[in-house]
Amino acid sequence: MAQAIAEQTQAAGIGHEGTGHGHADHPPTSLGINHRKLLMWMFLASDCMFFGSLIATYMIYRGRTETVGNGPFPSNILDIPYTSVSAFVLLMSSLTMVLSLGALQRGDLRGSRVWLLATALLGTIFVGGQFFEFTDFYHQGLSLQQNMFGATFFTLTGFHGAHVTIGIIWLLTLLFVSLRGGLKQEDSLDLEIAGLYWHFVDIVWVVIFTLVYLLPYKQMPKEGAEHALNLLGTGAHIIATIFF
Amino acid sequence: MASIARPTTQTIARPVIQAPSGLWSWLTTIDHKRIGLLYGVTAFILFLVGGIEALLIRTQLIVPQNGVLTADQYNSMFTMHGTTMIFLAIMPLSSALFNYIMPLQIGARDVAFPRLNAFSYWVFLAGAVILNMSWLFGTVPSQGWYGYAPLTDNSWNPTRAVDFWMIGLQVLGVASIAASLNFIVTILNLRAPGVTMMRLPIFTWATLITSIMIVLAFPSLTVGLILLMMDRFTGTHFYAPAAGGDPLLWQHLFWIFGHPEVYIMILPAFGIASEIIPVFSRKPLFGYAVMVYALAAIAFLGFGVWAHHMFTTGLGPTVNSVFASSTMLIAVPTGVKIFNWLGTMWLGHLRFTSAMLFAVGMVSMFTIGGISGVMEAVVPIDQHQNDSYLVIAHFHYVLFGGSMFAILGAIYYWFPKFSGRLLNEKLGVWNFWLTFIGFNATFFPMHFLGLEGMPRRYYSYGDHSGWAFWNHIVSFGSYLLAASILVFLYNVARSLQHGEIAGDNPWDAPTLEWSIPSPPPPYNFREIPTVTHRDPLWAAKYGEGHAEEQALDVTVGGKTIARSQAPDESPAREAARRDPVEENTHIHMPNPSYYPLIAAFGLFLLSVGPLFDEPRIHYESLHLPLFSIIGIIVLLLGVYGWSFEPAETPE
Repeated sequence: MAQAIAEQTQAAGIGHEGTGHGHADHPPTSLGINHRKLLMWMFLASDCMFFGSLIATYMIYRGRTETVGNGPFPSNILDIPYTSVSAFVLLMSSLTMVLSLGALQRGDLRGSRVWLLATALLGTIFVGGQFFEFTDFYHQGLSLQQNMFGATFFTLTGFHGAHVTIGIIWLLTLLFVSLRGGLKQEDSLDLEIAGLYWHFVDIVWVVIFTLVYLLPYKQMPKEGAEHALNLLGTGAHIIATIFF
Repeated sequence: MASIARPTTQTIARPVIQAPSGLWSWLTTIDHKRIGLLYGVTAFILFLVGGIEALLIRTQLIVPQNGVLTADQYNSMFTMHGTTMIFLAIMPLSSALFNYIMPLQIGARDVAFPRLNAFSYWVFLAGAVILNMSWLFGTVPSQGWYGYAPLTDNSWNPTRAVDFWMIGLQVLGVASIAASLNFIVTILNLRAPGVTMMRLPIFTWATLITSIMIVLAFPSLTVGLILLMMDRFTGTHFYAPAAGGDPLLWQHLFWIFGHPEVYIMILPAFGIASEIIPVFSRKPLFGYAVMVYALAAIAFLGFGVWAHHMFTTGLGPTVNSVFASSTMLIAVPTGVKIFNWLGTMWLGHLRFTSAMLFAVGMVSMFTIGGISGVMEAVVPIDQHQNDSYLVIAHFHYVLFGGSMFAILGAIYYWFPKFSGRLLNEKLGVWNFWLTFIGFNATFFPMHFLGLEGMPRRYYSYGDHSGWAFWNHIVSFGSYLLAASILVFLYNVARSLQHGEIAGDNPWDAPTLEWSIPSPPPPYNFREIPTVTHRDPLWAAKYGEGHAEEQALDVTVGGKTIARSQAPDESPAREAARRDPVEENTHIHMPNPSYYPLIAAFGLFLLSVGPLFDEPRIHYESLHLPLFSIIGIIVLLLGVYGWSFEPAETPE
């Protein structure tokens, strides 16, 4: 009996990645977590390290962004109210994502589609806002090459924006599948996994928004700035505290 | 594509599930065993390429003031040698073994995501091609495998050489992360009933922990390379001090990846040794649980030691001492492993087959490399030894003496499972001793050269430096090492045709991969096994008391040398286990797919686009590479085709 169950497990367990539709039975696995869901969690762990490295880079150069080269500098160009609105929009998209998943899990296909569309729309508004922000900054003279602030700011927020864009394409693909009748109550896992990614990207934005926009910039004296460059050294101290 | 018709041989009355053959079947394969073989063969060819580069380096250095290579060519050789051996040889050779062996050890029919697995291989191949394409265009990377800023800066390296290197590595990173995510999910989720985490073979544990390290370490390299790309392609100044950048940032990002990478290369070797040594000591592994904890401890500590590569960059005494201490701390779990291997061998019925020779060779050679590593962890000593041949000696003792010895041992051990035939033992022993003597002749004198002050990366040295004698020995040692690899290749070629037939379990080994025919059928296990013990085959054959000393048969190459009292498997039961599976029985295997290949090809085109000045689409100030645009379209086609392709044929 145990072997028969095991065989079923194995038979159903392989080859289930990425199919956008049509698996009513979620195969039992060793951990009881679906393969694709586990894969997404592992990928998000990896993506944490990716954004961690990018954010660390930004923070290391934060001291320099106000002292080296020519302006514009963050304190005279960042528009906190404007970005607060777009941050709010992105956070609300997490809510609509949950509502969409909830609707699908209850079998409310129409509700799920409406909230899915809303999520994609809110995401698009965020990316659109970022596009206008970038264009505005560019016209004010901030470019990748202008100074360290331009380089670090555009790289960090740009890669976040790219993540949101990929998320929007994913959501729209799911919406398309749903409209063709391929996303039913029993496929809610497909939506849940996309949701995991979407929420992660939102959470990353909370960190970026705080560190890039909200944390006040100070005009640092030269030596102070040099000191701030050893931030990775400080990281080493933190690791030392953990280890010893 | 619904399905690829499987050719069935007409003469067999019952259509039996067979592996399809032909080029197309290999291009579309998603069978973990075939992908493992593809990884292995590709990586071994690249290992030979890296070896030839090393031989050229040693030929240049055989006498003072030699003129075989120019300074630039020499720089290219050591850059490509390092990059090739690390990313294109040792890592994918480990990956080959992970792919082939790990699913068999946990009693699975394939990995969790077979098509993602194929995608990983093709992306790996794309990265290898991109890196080595630089030879064709005469712009071979020459900045060193560590790619320190500002050597990689446009002003110091205006040609495309660095571009080939950084894009090649970026692509290889995608392959490694994709493969590792797959392995993690497979080990966590596809274990046969009864295979609890603490019953996993240590090699599978090593696969899991190595994969976790890859998933967490590679993003740091990815970001480092992205910043480098921004610097080179868009004119930012992340690493250029004149405009406010900091070259040390690269070193931090690179070594936050680079030091875990060292353990990514050695942990599979630890796993291999932990499989081979118990089998040829005829004893279960000593201290299984501690071996697992030691692997995990090494992996955890491995993320907190990166700045020991930067002791001479002026981080300050506090940072240096912290990193020196954490580095020395790693010696503890590593030492635990070495003593556990010794404990396994203690009072065992030792049989020095080629596989065992390589495994024991690995333990001893790695220990030498480990000890010189602890020496280098001492900051004042490191500041003297930094950039000298002592460092080269150290990391070749761990990477060749550790990783490559283990991989060669693994091939001797698992070759019967891959091919159904044993490798020749006589040639194997020759191979081992040639490797062992050649290896030590090559790398041991480098300790002396380093202490005498010979710097790394110098393409030549003076007549009166006093370094000529040991350089002679080193170069001749490297030729001996090359000869030993030739013996190995001859052994493989000969044994594929004439090797002794292995049978299912030629070594009387305890793990699940030896319970199925050699080579395994496409579906691996006729029935998914239920496992009740850590060493399932020994428990089945010798009963619960198999852990007691001298209770095991002593079997070498299928021949039993000494017998225990345990009865062999009954012929009827064995026949039932070996009975081939008919096509209409219910073993669902996923279909072959060409979408992974298409997606990987798209990624390849996307990546090579920026490497060429033409063809480009010119629009105002933008010069978009045409190849990349086509590549994105092909990649999307591949990914969408993949997503909507049914994984199995509906019944």
